[in-house]
Amino acid sequence: MKGKKIGKILINILVILGCCIYLFPVYLIIVNAFKSRAELYENILAFPKQITWEYFAGALEKMDFVRAFGNSIIVTAISVIIIVILSAMTAWMFVRSNGKLSNFLLNLLIVTMLIPFQTIMMPLMQEMHLFGEIFGVPFQDSLGGLIFMYIGAGAGMGVFLFHGFIKASVPVSLEEAAIIDGCSIWRVFWQIVFPILKPITVTVAILDVIWIWNDYLLPSLTLTSNANKTIPLAMSLFFGQYNIEWNMAMAALTFTIVPVIIFYLLCQKHIIKGVAAGAVKG
Amino acid sequence: MKIKKRWYALFTVPLMVMFFLIIVIPFITGIGYSFVSWDGLAKSEKVFVGLNNYKRIFSDTQFLASIVRTTVFTLITVVIVNVLALAFALLVTTKLKVRNIARTMLFLPYLIGGLILGYIWQYVLGEAMTALADMTGMENIFFNWLVDSDYAFYAMIVVATWQMAGYMMIVYIAGLESISDDVMEAAQTDGANYWQTLVRVRLPLLMSSITICLFLTLSNCFKIYDVNVSLTGGGPNNSTEMVSMNIFNEIFTKSNFGYGQAKAVLFFIIVAIITLIQVKVTKDKEVTM
Repeated sequence: MKGKKIGKILINILVILGCCIYLFPVYLIIVNAFKSRAELYENILAFPKQITWEYFAGALEKMDFVRAFGNSIIVTAISVIIIVILSAMTAWMFVRSNGKLSNFLLNLLIVTMLIPFQTIMMPLMQEMHLFGEIFGVPFQDSLGGLIFMYIGAGAGMGVFLFHGFIKASVPVSLEEAAIIDGCSIWRVFWQIVFPILKPITVTVAILDVIWIWNDYLLPSLTLTSNANKTIPLAMSLFFGQYNIEWNMAMAALTFTIVPVIIFYLLCQKHIIKGVAAGAVKG
Repeated sequence: MKIKKRWYALFTVPLMVMFFLIIVIPFITGIGYSFVSWDGLAKSEKVFVGLNNYKRIFSDTQFLASIVRTTVFTLITVVIVNVLALAFALLVTTKLKVRNIARTMLFLPYLIGGLILGYIWQYVLGEAMTALADMTGMENIFFNWLVDSDYAFYAMIVVATWQMAGYMMIVYIAGLESISDDVMEAAQTDGANYWQTLVRVRLPLLMSSITICLFLTLSNCFKIYDVNVSLTGGGPNNSTEMVSMNIFNEIFTKSNFGYGQAKAVLFFIIVAIITLIQVKVTKDKEVTM
C-alpha cells in the first residue's frame, strides 16, 4: 500500500520534471537576462548570483519597448473588437435570412480561409498603396491601415465560428417574440442575440488575439517607420544586427515573453477552451 | 424570420466590403500579376509574358529544392508533433495530481508566437550550445546547430514541434474527454489491456480529432515562415529556406514581382490540394458512434 503511494508521488514528480525540461529554453532566456556579461560567460545554466538590471534598461530603450507594446495593444485590441462585432452581426444575418446570397458569401468566406497569406501579400500591398493615393489617407505604414487589413483577413474565421454557433444553439423564437413586441432588428441583435453569443465571442476573441499579437509577416510588409513598430517587428530589428548582444537580446525577449505568460495565467481556462473549440469547429 | 433588405445590408456590408478588399480582390489581381514581368516600381512597365513565369518555375532549382525541403520538413514534423501531442494528451487525462499544471506548462510555447520562439531557440541551439561546449569540454555533444546545414534543418523541426505539440495536445484532450466512460469500461470488462484499449477503442474514436490535428499541422508546417526567419534566416547557404521564405525573397528582395507571384499562386494550389486530399482521406476513416 505504502509502496504504491510513493510510486504515485514519484510519477507526479517525474511528470513535472519533464515539463520543466520541456520549458527549459524559456528558463534559459529569463535567467540569463539577469546576469552580467562575465557571469553569462561563466555559467549559463545557474541562477544569477547577482541580479543585473542594466540590460533591461538598455533593451527598453533600444527596442523602444513601451511604444512597441502600446502599438501592439492598440492594433490587437481594436482589430479584435471590430472583428468580433462585425462577424457576429454578419453571421447572425446569414443564419436568419439564408438565401442564395448568404450561402454564397458564407462559402466564399470559408473557402478563402485556405489561401496562404503569401499568395495575396504582394497584390494587397499594391492595392493599399493605390488606396493611399486615391483617398489621401495612409493605408500603409499606419496602425489604422493595419487594423483595416486585419479585419478583412479575420472575417472568414469570425463569421464561420459565429455562424456555426448561432445555427446550432440560438433559438429563433425569442427573437420573433421580441419583434412582435415592436423591438427593432438592431435592438433584437444587441439585447437578445449578442449576450447569448458570449461563449463563442470569447473563443473568437482569444484566437484572434493570439494571431494578431504574434503576427509578423503583415506588419513587416506595411509598417516601416519606427514609431509604428509592433512587438514582433521591434524584436526582428533587434536581431537584425550583425553582432547580437545576447545579454540585451535576452532582456528584450524576457520583456516580450512575460506579458504573454501573465495573460496566459490570468485567462488560462478561457484560452484553452477557446483554442480547443476553435480548432474543433475549424 | 423576414428581415428587410436594408437591415441585411447594414449588418453585412461593412465586413463584406473589407473582406473583398483584403482577401478576394488581391487574390484575383494576384493571378493577373502572375502573368506579367514587373520589377515592382511604379514607373516600370508591366510586360505581359503569358505562362512564361509558370514555365520558369520548373527550371528554378532553388525553388524546387525549397519545395522538396518543405515537404520533407512537413512530413517529419507532422508525425512527430502528432505522436507527441497524443502522448501528452494521454498523460494529462490520467488521474495524475499534476495533470493540470502539466497541461498549462506544455501548452505555453504555442502562445509565445513563432518569431519569438525562433529567437529563443537561436540562443539555445547556437550560443548556449557553444557556451556549454566551452564549459564542459564535450564538443561532440554540444555544438552550434545553426551553422551546420543538416542540424539547422533539424533545428527547424525541433522548434516547429515545440511550438505545435501543446496546441495539438489541447485538441486531442478534447477528443479523449468526449469518449464516454461506458466504452472504456466495456473494453476493460472484456479484458482488454491498456494498449488494446488505446489502439482498438480510443484511437478509432479519436479519428475526428486526428483529422483536425493533421489538417492544422499539415497546413501550418507547409506555410511555415516566422520560425524560418528568426531561427535560421534560411541559412546556412539557403539550406533551410522554406517555400514561404523563397516566395517572399523572390518578390521583395529580388524584385521579381510577376515571377514571385506565379510561385505564390502555385503555392496556393499546392496547399489547397494537400489539405483537401488529407481531409477527404481521414474523413472516410472516421467512426461514428
